[in-house]
Amino acid sequence: MNQPAASPLIELRGLTKTYGVGDAAFQALKGIDLTIQAGEFVAIMGPSGSGKSTLMNVLGCLDTPTAGSYHYQGIAVEALNTNERSLLRRYALGFVFQGFNLLARTSSLDNVELPLLYRGVSRQDRLAKAVAALTSVGLPTKLRSTPAELSGGQQQRVAIARANVTEPSTLFADEPTGNLDSVTTGDVMELLTRLNLDRGITVLVVTHDDHVATFARRTVLIKDGLIESDVVRP
Amino acid sequence: MIWNALAIALREIGRNLTRAFLTVLGIFIGVAAIITMVTLGQGATLAVKAQISNLGNNLLTLRPGAGFGSRTASAGVPHFTEKDATIISEQIAGIAAAAPVRTASLSTIYLQNARLSAITGTTPVYFQINKWNLAEGRFFSEVDLRSGAAVCVIGNTVRTELFGSDNPVGVKIRIGKAACEVIGLLVPKGQAGMGDQDDTIIMPLSALQRRLIGKNSEHDINQISISAQDGVDGTALITEITSLMRQRRNLQPNQDNNFNIFDTRQIAETLGATTQLMTMLLAAVAGVSLLVGGIGIMNIMLVSVTERTREIGIRLAIGATAREVLLQFLVEAVTLSCVGGLAGIVLAFGLCAGLAKIIQVPFNFNLQINVIAFLFSAAVGVLFGYTPARRAARLNPIDALRHE
Ligand SMILES: Nc1ncnc2c1ncn2[C@@H]1O[C@H](COP(=O)(O)OP(=O)(O)OP(=O)(O)O)[C@@H](O)[C@H]1O
Ligand SMILES: [Mg+2]
Repeated sequence: MNQPAASPLIELRGLTKTYGVGDAAFQALKGIDLTIQAGEFVAIMGPSGSGKSTLMNVLGCLDTPTAGSYHYQGIAVEALNTNERSLLRRYALGFVFQGFNLLARTSSLDNVELPLLYRGVSRQDRLAKAVAALTSVGLPTKLRSTPAELSGGQQQRVAIARANVTEPSTLFADEPTGNLDSVTTGDVMELLTRLNLDRGITVLVVTHDDHVATFARRTVLIKDGLIESDVVRP
Repeated sequence: MIWNALAIALREIGRNLTRAFLTVLGIFIGVAAIITMVTLGQGATLAVKAQISNLGNNLLTLRPGAGFGSRTASAGVPHFTEKDATIISEQIAGIAAAAPVRTASLSTIYLQNARLSAITGTTPVYFQINKWNLAEGRFFSEVDLRSGAAVCVIGNTVRTELFGSDNPVGVKIRIGKAACEVIGLLVPKGQAGMGDQDDTIIMPLSALQRRLIGKNSEHDINQISISAQDGVDGTALITEITSLMRQRRNLQPNQDNNFNIFDTRQIAETLGATTQLMTMLLAAVAGVSLLVGGIGIMNIMLVSVTERTREIGIRLAIGATAREVLLQFLVEAVTLSCVGGLAGIVLAFGLCAGLAKIIQVPFNFNLQINVIAFLFSAAVGVLFGYTPARRAARLNPIDALRHE
């Protein structure tokens, strides 16, 4: 077997996450071991309340695990401070939420430009990249529209443009199609597939939808905070 | 990084103009109120002080009777003599001048205009003691006093009522039963909370006694105006005058004073303290309005805190550091506070200039209160604008995003 030279993109060992303290404590993740290589397209499935979002948030550095280890490209994430985790998100990670989470009263262009602004990209480059990203998600005519003026599918495409405009190494999408109809769902998943294939971005998608899972080559099933199965399609 | 924060903050302000406007409004009203009230209050204090100093510096007034204002106590009490005034000025050190004053109320007539005027018969030093200045003509002199010349100097109210705006100097008017030449017109002093000081006719004591009312007793002097030299202790002076007068009026140790000494400095200090108190009160009221403005800002911030917390969550999620987010919020708060503060200063300047004219007090731009109000408003804005952000930026991004 050929051993990968570099460390895996994501490596979890005995990861747990407990919400609350004392009697109110609830263990949402009970010891997850998971390895994901760069360039994979992984679907994470499981019943409601099984801990999928919790896992995604920990992986995306939006939340901190209670115990266990998390290495991202060989970096021990649990050893990073708040500031360093921000920088990891800024330079390596992209996130797409079920609820879009776009800035209100802010144009698509400004929303997509924002991560570049924090990266210190020049004004001209920002504009060019943001326009390109919005064009690639099929919204070249909605540059000036605010979220309130966009449909759910369009808002989600703006969110995807915002997540990939920085060309992250990993894109996390937590039920990106949860609020969308089947046609729009197809559009969004196609976009994610293209990012995975054309740009080599690793994509992790949480979903309830079996159809969505067919876009992924690997499906991880979670139940009660533990991995129940991990299947790679041939 | 600071430019980045500034750019982001300005964009964010631009996107939420209503919120920005309400925040600015709170600061704006508070600053304008505090500056206007304090400035006008100080103007009023200055005006009162100026009018009091018009009364005469270091002015003591000796009157018959046990106390100020008690008319019954002065009934039957002997008045003073001219000699009393001379002896006071000669025997007591620290006195600049003392003028005997005989007052009378007589009809004054010029052509068809007639009125009842307060006539003061006195000596020339009276003008210096009471700080009268000439607008026209001259004061009467020692020569006029000795000869009992029928001349008088009139106040502005008398001039207006008898002559309108004409120059009265050199004109003869009728006072009581005698004709009297106007030789001088006094610069107006205005109201000083003690009646119209400009309603006065001042003439040589000798002329008043001989020509108008007749001298029927040595004790015909109603009061003695005394000015102390600069830097002399008024209380010690009053004690000295009191013991001198007790002796001259043959009072036994068991008898009360049948005269009193009235010290304008005390009045000045009291009035000054009162207006200062008023200014402080106004400042307190204005401070409350700034606080109310601050609470208004806090309300706006609290109402928008959910939205803003989510905004912070989004910014953190896409890679902003907590420091950058806080800097943005700080810049936003400072910008809005400064805009509101500066607008408040401009409005206060206009208000002060206008109102000072209307209520007739001097307007002095008070840099100190402007700076204080501005800094205070900035502090209020920053405190209320920044504190909610600080809490949010400490959260995990996911908790900020989930905020309800
Ligand atoms: N902030 C929190 N505080 C306390 N408990 C939480 C919190 N977030 C999640 N949980 C609990 O952790 C468990 C896992 O939640 P999670 O959101 O990861 O589920 P999920 O698999 O994403 O479910 P769904 O498919 O409905 O989105 C749930 O039982 C939930 O009640
Ligand atoms: Mg979930």
